[in-house]
Parts: sequence; C-alpha cells; structure tokens
Amino acid sequence: MEEKNEKKGFFERLKSGLSKTRKLLMTDVDDIILGSKQIDQALFDELEERLIVADVGPSFTAELIESLREKVKRKELSSPEILRTALRETMRDILLKNEAPLVIPHDKIYTIMAVGVNGSGKTTTTGKMAHNFKEEGHQVTLVAADTFRAAAVEQLDLWAKRAGVKIVRQAENADPAAVVYDAMRIAREGKPEVIIVDTAGRLHTKTNLMEELKKMKRIMEREMPGAPDEVLLVLDATTGQNAIAQARMFQDAIGVTGLILTKLDGTSKGGVVVRIAKELGIPLRYIGVGEKIDDLQPFRAEAFVDALFETNH
Amino acid sequence: MFENLSDKLDVIFRKLKGKGRLDEENIQSALREIRIALLEADVNFRVVRDFIEEVKQRAVGQEVIESITPGQQVVKIVHERLIELMGTTTSQLRFGGRIPAPIMLVGLQGCGKTTTAVKLARHVAAGNKRVYLVSADVYRPAAMEQLKVMGEKIGAGIFDAAGLTDPVEICRLAVEEARRGGYEVIIVDTAGRLAIDAPMMEELKKIKSLIIPAEILFVADAMTGQDAVNVAGRFDELLGIDGVIMTKMDGDARGGAALSLRAVIGKPIKFAGAGEKIDALEVFHPERMASRILGMGDVLTLVEKAKEAVDLKQQKELEKKLRKNEFTLEDLRTQMNQISKMGPLEDVIGMLPGMKKIKALKEMKPDERELVRLGAIIDSMTPVERRNYLIIDGSRRKRIARGSGTTVQEVNTLLKNYVEMRKLMKRFTKGGIKSLRRGNFPF
Repeated sequence: MEEKNEKKGFFERLKSGLSKTRKLLMTDVDDIILGSKQIDQALFDELEERLIVADVGPSFTAELIESLREKVKRKELSSPEILRTALRETMRDILLKNEAPLVIPHDKIYTIMAVGVNGSGKTTTTGKMAHNFKEEGHQVTLVAADTFRAAAVEQLDLWAKRAGVKIVRQAENADPAAVVYDAMRIAREGKPEVIIVDTAGRLHTKTNLMEELKKMKRIMEREMPGAPDEVLLVLDATTGQNAIAQARMFQDAIGVTGLILTKLDGTSKGGVVVRIAKELGIPLRYIGVGEKIDDLQPFRAEAFVDALFETNH
Repeated sequence: MFENLSDKLDVIFRKLKGKGRLDEENIQSALREIRIALLEADVNFRVVRDFIEEVKQRAVGQEVIESITPGQQVVKIVHERLIELMGTTTSQLRFGGRIPAPIMLVGLQGCGKTTTAVKLARHVAAGNKRVYLVSADVYRPAAMEQLKVMGEKIGAGIFDAAGLTDPVEICRLAVEEARRGGYEVIIVDTAGRLAIDAPMMEELKKIKSLIIPAEILFVADAMTGQDAVNVAGRFDELLGIDGVIMTKMDGDARGGAALSLRAVIGKPIKFAGAGEKIDALEVFHPERMASRILGMGDVLTLVEKAKEAVDLKQQKELEKKLRKNEFTLEDLRTQMNQISKMGPLEDVIGMLPGMKKIKALKEMKPDERELVRLGAIIDSMTPVERRNYLIIDGSRRKRIARGSGTTVQEVNTLLKNYVEMRKLMKRFTKGGIKSLRRGNFPF
C-alpha cells in the first residue's frame, strides 16, 4: 500500500514536472504528426524545430531527422503515426542504455562527490540525496567542501538539519581538500555510511579550479582506497549545448560516473541529456523536479519518454 | 566565450575564400554553416531563422567589392547584423528621480543573482553613490547570509531581515531604512523562481508595485539554451524588464542567449558578469561582443584591463630605466605583478585577436603557477642581488633555489632569460614598454 502510494507519487510528480516539456516538445509533435495525413517536408521541418527548441542540438537533430527520412525512403515508415513511434523509440533506446539508478550497498562506506558549474543546484541536490538515502535506511554524512561561495556552508548545514543527517564542516575559506581529509578520517573510524561531498561550483574551463577538484578526489582515494565510489555531475536542465562541454571536461578531469539533471520542473526541456547519453554514455541517475526535499527522483528512461510522448491532453 | 562559434565561422569563411563572387549558391552553403553554428551556440531557433534571412537578403545582389574577398564581405554583413541584434550602443543604468533609486534583480534559480547584486553594488559605488543591499530571498537556505557576507566585503549597507518572512514587507522596510541611512541606490536581490510559478511571480509584482524600481534587470546565465527567450519573455510580460545582465561569461558557453534575448524581448544587455571576483562585472559592449563572436578578438576590453592594472607612474620610471639599460630584476618583478593583476592569463590570451586560430595555443595553456614560481625566485634574492644580477654566483643560486622551493636549474633559466630580455630591450630605446605590453616576454 505504502509502496503503491509512493509509486503513484513518483509518476505523478514526474509527469507534472515534465508536463510543460511534454506540451512544448512532444505533444506538439503529436499534434503535428497526428494532424497531418502524410509525411512531407513540412512535417520534417516542424519536427526539426521542435527538437532544436528542446535543446536536443542541431547536429543531433539533423541526424535523427535524417535517419527518419532514410526509413521513409525504404518504405519502413508509411504514416506519421509510425514515424512518431520510431522517433520516440530511438530517443528512448538511447536513454535506456544509460538509465542507471544508484544502488548503494549497506555494508560499506560509500562516498559520493557532487560536482558541477556554478548555480546548477549541487547543494540543493546534495540535501535531497541525503534525505533520500536516509529514507532508504542509510546513515548519511554531508561534507561542506564548498568553502568558496559565501554562506554555502551555512546553506548545506540547513539542508543537513532538514534531512536530519550529520555534517562535516570547517570555516569558510578553509582549504576544501582539508575538509575532505577531515571527513574521510572521521568516516574511516565509524560504521558503514554514505558520505556526500558538496563541492564548490566551478566552470569547467577554469584549469586551477579543476585541479582543486582533482586534488580533493586524490585525497579521498588516498584516505580510503576505492573512494569516491561515485562522482555525480549536477547539470541544470536550462543549459543549452554547453552542457556537452561541461560533461566532457568534468569527465576528462575527474571521471564522472553519473549525471543528475536538475530544474526539470521549469519550461526547459533538458533535451541535451539525450545527446550527452549518446555521445558520452554517462549513466543517468536522478532528475530534480522541484525545490522540496523529496523532489529528487531516479531517472527512468521509460517514464521520461512516456511523459514526453504522452498523448492524452 | 563564443570561442567555438568563432572557430566555426573561421572554417566557414575559409571555405568561402577563393570564390569569384557572391552568388545565391555560395552564400547558401555559408549560410547553412552559419545557421548550424548559431544553433550550436544556443541562439534561439526563430532568431536564427530571421538572422539568416536578413543576411541572405543583404548579401545576394550586393555589388562585389573589388578590394575584399567574398568571404570577408559576408563576414562584414554578418558582423554588422550581429551588432544590430545586440544593440548598437552601450546602455547605462538609469536611476530615475527618486532617492533611494531601487534596482531590482530577477531571474531563475542559480543564474547568479546574488553574486551579480554585489558586483552591481560595487559598480554603483564606484560611481560615488552610496549603495544599500537587501535580499528578499526567504526561501533558499542561507541566501540572505550569502548577500550579507559578500556585501560586507565591499562595504555596502545591508538590510538585516532577521525575523522577517514576508519578502514584500522586507522590501518595504529596507527602502525605508535605506532612505533613513541616506543611501542613494538600493539593490533588491530576489529569490530565484520559475517564470511559470504563478504565486512566486505574483510576489514579484507586489514588490514592484510597492518599491517602483528605477530598473528591473533580468539576470541570465550565458549557458542557457533555447528556453531563454520564453523565460525572459514571461518575466517581461508580467513585470516589464528594463534590461538584462548576462552572467558566467567567463566559461566557454557561446552565449547565444545574449543574441536571443536582445532580439526577442528588445531590451538592452547592460552588463556582463565574467568571474567570481566581485569586480568582474563589465559594461556590455555589443560591438565588442559581435567582434568576439566572429573571432576578431576583444582587444578593447583587454586594453581597458591593462590600463586598470598598470600603474602609470611605475611605467614611466620603468621606461626611463629601460632607456638607460638599468632594467633590474626588481623591475621584472613589478612587471610580473602587473601581468597577474590583469587576471587569469587564459582570459587575457582569449581576448587577443587571432589567438583562437592557433590550435597549438589551446594545448599550451599559460601556466600561472610558473609565474608564481618565477616570482618566488626573485623574492628569494636579496635587494642587492636584484639590483645587480652579476653577483649571483653558484652558492647564491643554491640559496635562492632553496629559499624559493625551486631548483638551481630554474634559477639559472630565469637569469638566462632575464639577461636575454635586457639585451632585447637595448634594441628598442623608444617605446620599450609598449613592446613589453604586447607580450614580448622571453619566457
């Protein structure tokens, strides 16, 4: 019963979070496709616009459209409805390959680093993760390694209180690597738990700041072999094609093991994530659909695409 | 910023070069490439469509100018149109007649409002106005604390909203407080919100009708995708936006949103935020931005940065010394300090024209730590050594290496370079500093 409610809650939340996306992206596509009796240039043009406006990106859109055209030529797609299904399946398959919810073991210390550019929602997401993991029965400690942004430590501290978890912190402007070191020392002595390191936002182009991140990771590895278990890139769904550069450069610098797409409750479509999935193959972990503490949901390709393509409106 | 777009246009126009004249066909292929580049840059789909149409109409049928190549001709047309799109003049802040003049910042979550509020306060304070800051963000944990900590650093007045939970009430009291305190400008930092969040937008409307801002500025992240126009359009519709501030311009986002916002909502972009330091807010210059998009470099900004960083008096003295060939290691140290004051070397190099074309430079990132090491070596010398390098013998070199945490080889290299530099300087008796400014460092 409990689980059923939760499930309903999840889909409802996901749907409502994506409703605008759906409306702007795919419902319109449905309208267009279902509205036209035959496959013609106007249909392809409209599809192209919809995909680009959803931040799927011009080259990738061209690729998708081209493959649809080929199939039409080979008479594999005979009607707009079948074309629609084909487009949907192509996008779903790409996402499905990368759908990988985080499974955290209960019998070991599990370390997570949250990284990303400024304002992508790292601290909020870290707070939400703490809440989720605690609900799953884990002990959780947050590590305030954003010692740069004014009051960031304070912000994380308030999230720790909301989620009812511990926090390791030092003064503002402390060396973030030192905070991480502290946290790892404390963790080593204790019981199995989840350690989430909230790092300062940094543009992926800032060499010195990326070096700082590498240093933090090195210290985690040194103090606890195998750490960090997870490096999560937090990406704002409003971001356009620069998201690719972000993902690639964080990937190259410290090795990203998962992606969290935040702010999906807005009007932005987050279409760039399909391109990231295809080009970089980064596992898709969570989506953020609001500001409440339980507004972080596992990424589900099927549900994501279902919500995108849903026709009853 | 815009670096990749510049790269792309470079490639496109290289393809155009060598064609005899502009015709429908060769324009078409260039336009297709420009279209993709602009879309990759996140310029809004419709803005791109209009842009391409306009450029095409201007280009085709235009007389071919003998002196330039067709490629250059298209660059010129694209460049002009880009400037038109982003506005042809630099916009300043308007304060209106009331005191304190309220300036309100609005935007999505995480776009950089709070940082921008403080940078803007510093900008206003630099114009000799007393600035007051207030945060109306009662939602994000520690948002007020963030504004307070940063605001205190620049010495602005800050409203203490302790115990208050209503953003509208906070703004009302803050304006009163600012008036009492004799402040001339009050900057209101609001909570980030979605444009479709009706109650939250209603809250902004209430604040607006209460404080009647001289300016409502929309803060937009340069990395924003296609949706930028919808969000800004909605804010504009509900509130009436007077201008835009682009943030995070120091990244490699091509910043197409800047073009889109200007074209779609027709409001000027007033400032550009490019860095996490409190002084990294620049007045937005459309013509510079257009040049930058086209890979012509942002020379003017660089010159301004250099002007700020370089102490004129020191320069004159140095110039005198150079003429007499008295350039000491101490002077070298001064020069290095001034270079580091200009900001991260990567930023500086990115502004130079043509630099984007040199692929090798991308891999050869200027190492700022190298500068620090060189500085440390010079700092480890005695004043006498710095004034007369000839006395630095083997044992002195060893001591300097130890003192600076470097190696004797590094000390040797520095001295060798320094000597070469002196020789180089002998050659230009006049305008020596100017050449130095052009970056003719021997290392």
